[in-house]
Amino acid sequence: MFDSLSDKLQIAFDGLKKQGRLTDKDVERAAREIRLALLEADVNFKVVKQFVDSVKQRALGVEVLGSLTPAQQFIKIVNEELTALMGSATTKLTFSPRPPTLIMMVGLQGSGKTTACGKLANFLLAQGKSPGLVAGDVYRPAAIDQLKTLGQQLGVPVYDEGDQADPVDIAKHGVRWAQEKGRDVLIIDTAGRLHIDEKLMDELVHIRHAVKPHNILLVLDAMTGQDAVNVALKFQEQVQFDGVVLTKMDGDARGGAALSVRAVTGKPIKFASSGEKLDSFEYFYPDRVASRILGMGDVLTLIEKAERTIDEKKARELEQRLRKSTFTFDDFLEQIQQVRKMGSISSILGMIPGIPSGKLKGMQVDEKAFDKIQAVIFSMTPEERSHPELISGSRRRRIAAGSGTNIHTINQLLTQFKQVQKMMKQLGSGRVPKNPFQMFGNSS
Amino acid sequence: MSHDWSEVFLGVSADSVIQTPEEIQKVRGGWIAQLRDGLAKSRKALQQQFASVLFDRFDESLWERIEEALIYADVGVETTVSIVEALEAEADKGAIKDSASLIAELRRITTLHFCQADTRIDVAHSPAVILVVGVNGTGKTTTIGKIAWHLKELGKEPLLVAGDTFRAAAIEQLVEWGRRVGCEVVRHERGGDPGAVVYDGIAAAEARKADVVIIDTAGRLHTQVNLMKELEKVRRVIGKRLPGAPHETLLSIDATTGQNGLIQARMFKEAVELSGVVLTKMDGTAKGGIALAVSHELDLPIKLIGTGERLESLQPFDAADFTALLFDDSLGPSV
Repeated sequence: MFDSLSDKLQIAFDGLKKQGRLTDKDVERAAREIRLALLEADVNFKVVKQFVDSVKQRALGVEVLGSLTPAQQFIKIVNEELTALMGSATTKLTFSPRPPTLIMMVGLQGSGKTTACGKLANFLLAQGKSPGLVAGDVYRPAAIDQLKTLGQQLGVPVYDEGDQADPVDIAKHGVRWAQEKGRDVLIIDTAGRLHIDEKLMDELVHIRHAVKPHNILLVLDAMTGQDAVNVALKFQEQVQFDGVVLTKMDGDARGGAALSVRAVTGKPIKFASSGEKLDSFEYFYPDRVASRILGMGDVLTLIEKAERTIDEKKARELEQRLRKSTFTFDDFLEQIQQVRKMGSISSILGMIPGIPSGKLKGMQVDEKAFDKIQAVIFSMTPEERSHPELISGSRRRRIAAGSGTNIHTINQLLTQFKQVQKMMKQLGSGRVPKNPFQMFGNSS
Repeated sequence: MSHDWSEVFLGVSADSVIQTPEEIQKVRGGWIAQLRDGLAKSRKALQQQFASVLFDRFDESLWERIEEALIYADVGVETTVSIVEALEAEADKGAIKDSASLIAELRRITTLHFCQADTRIDVAHSPAVILVVGVNGTGKTTTIGKIAWHLKELGKEPLLVAGDTFRAAAIEQLVEWGRRVGCEVVRHERGGDPGAVVYDGIAAAEARKADVVIIDTAGRLHTQVNLMKELEKVRRVIGKRLPGAPHETLLSIDATTGQNGLIQARMFKEAVELSGVVLTKMDGTAKGGIALAVSHELDLPIKLIGTGERLESLQPFDAADFTALLFDDSLGPSV
């Protein structure tokens, strides 16, 4: 999401890279670019001012390390300041020693609260918790139905009293319900409201006093502009939230709101939510995001995603096969499926450092191409999958017909497969190929 | 007083309007006052800020403060620079002598930065088709309910089409609005093909002699290529079923949106040829300056402003009124 910002900063630093020494003028120019980039990323302009001033001060200071060029030095400073601004550590949820742990979700209308409730429940399920949901939004038409539908999809029970009951009572009864049902975490959805709506804000305060949640999370749309600061300050003043869930992170919003909110409230961004799927919800890592802004990629997130998704046993088996250089279509299929489990190919590519986001822009990774490859492999017999050299002309025609493709596609895939096989052999023998991503590059 | 409800819809005769000009004035004065009240009182209005300042063409900090006021309102860098440059040009010509003329020029220039195209909503067809699109959570369904209510008040018969077959309970939400307005809602099952329900919706409107078909669509991020393609398809289905339709394609933008609103508008414009923008949730403290940026940079008229949850809280857009709000108290909180 921060792609455009990292582009801008790259351009600012391009000028610096060519210089041997960092002059006052260089610093001024780079600082100006950073100011513009941050403003266009919707970072609050007062935060931008402070940030740029502190970067300039440090850059003009004496901290010169022998091993870095002045430009690298500058990037390092910006990165450090950015990380400091975002908060330096990931802060996780507080779990009560006496369940149920209560999590109350608050935020403006349309920020994605109800969806975030569902995603958080799913996240907790994956951690072995047994969450429950409370439908506290009695104002928006069909909000209760929406939460119930999400609950059904996840197999998480939802407590509701219809849309005529008092939200404070619903929350109180919900806690008792959770105790009876043995739910160890209870997520309370509340009505979306404007922060200047005193009556509804009071209602939140009442809910907070009535059930004393262990965590109050402010749900904030990553696309929010300068007003994010007013919203966050008002919610902080009224309900004292503990952290922020940043939603709609899969758009191309640069998410400057996250920087601003963190800077003015001191409250951490705890979760990042993206996408329509219920599993696209994860802890927010400020240092990684700062790195990503600077074009260094979000390698750590990628690695963690891979660890969570790829079955270790399967990975070991694959490694064994690699050593024996018997890489078959079955392995190929498995690999594609493992990679796809991590998310969309484009989102994974976006996290890899060394692939500048500018290059990705024009390149729409065609997810359907992978569907096609899978279809082709599914149309092969087990024997053909393990011995691709068997695939003759007539077999090719049969596979093409079976997979709804044509001979050309089959030929292409076979050629690609041979390349991958060769690459795997090199890997197996310890030689690293020049470009390990060529297998994704021309897969269509 | 260029835009009142009697003039909002192209194709609604003035005779059918129930409100008197006085009533309209009361409502209009009301919502602007409400918005002003909503803003924190502790902040100083731009006017007050500059009232005591002697105008000095060469005072760089003056231009910087104007820039900041615009940036703070989410107007964005490009449009801000364009406005300030125009203002400086006026200053060079000697058109600005004191702070009063500075503010007056600033307002005039800003107003001119809005796209000057027709802001009326075209319902002069039978049936007229309005397609409402936008990213998730921008208030599409609510906006549809409000437009339908106003049309009904003006004696037109609206029909709503539940084209959001994706989000949990989206159909129920639209049905609820239909109940409040008292108009029919054409719906399919959740998960169904949006093209099919839209097709049926237009057929139903023709069969039942409804005047205006308003089509809800699933919220989608402009970066989701497949969903944007689906929207293009929905538009094609409408055009095939009823040549010349949709007569209006409105993009709803949340007033709290920052610079991403520009990218949203650009992508939706490419996909479905927008005819205008509805700026929603203007009842918070957000200035909605993104509307100015979108209108200026993409040449799209802002047609309506949503100001609250109630059926009647939808306002015709007026560039001069909007500009006044933009500069009322715009130097922001002390961070």
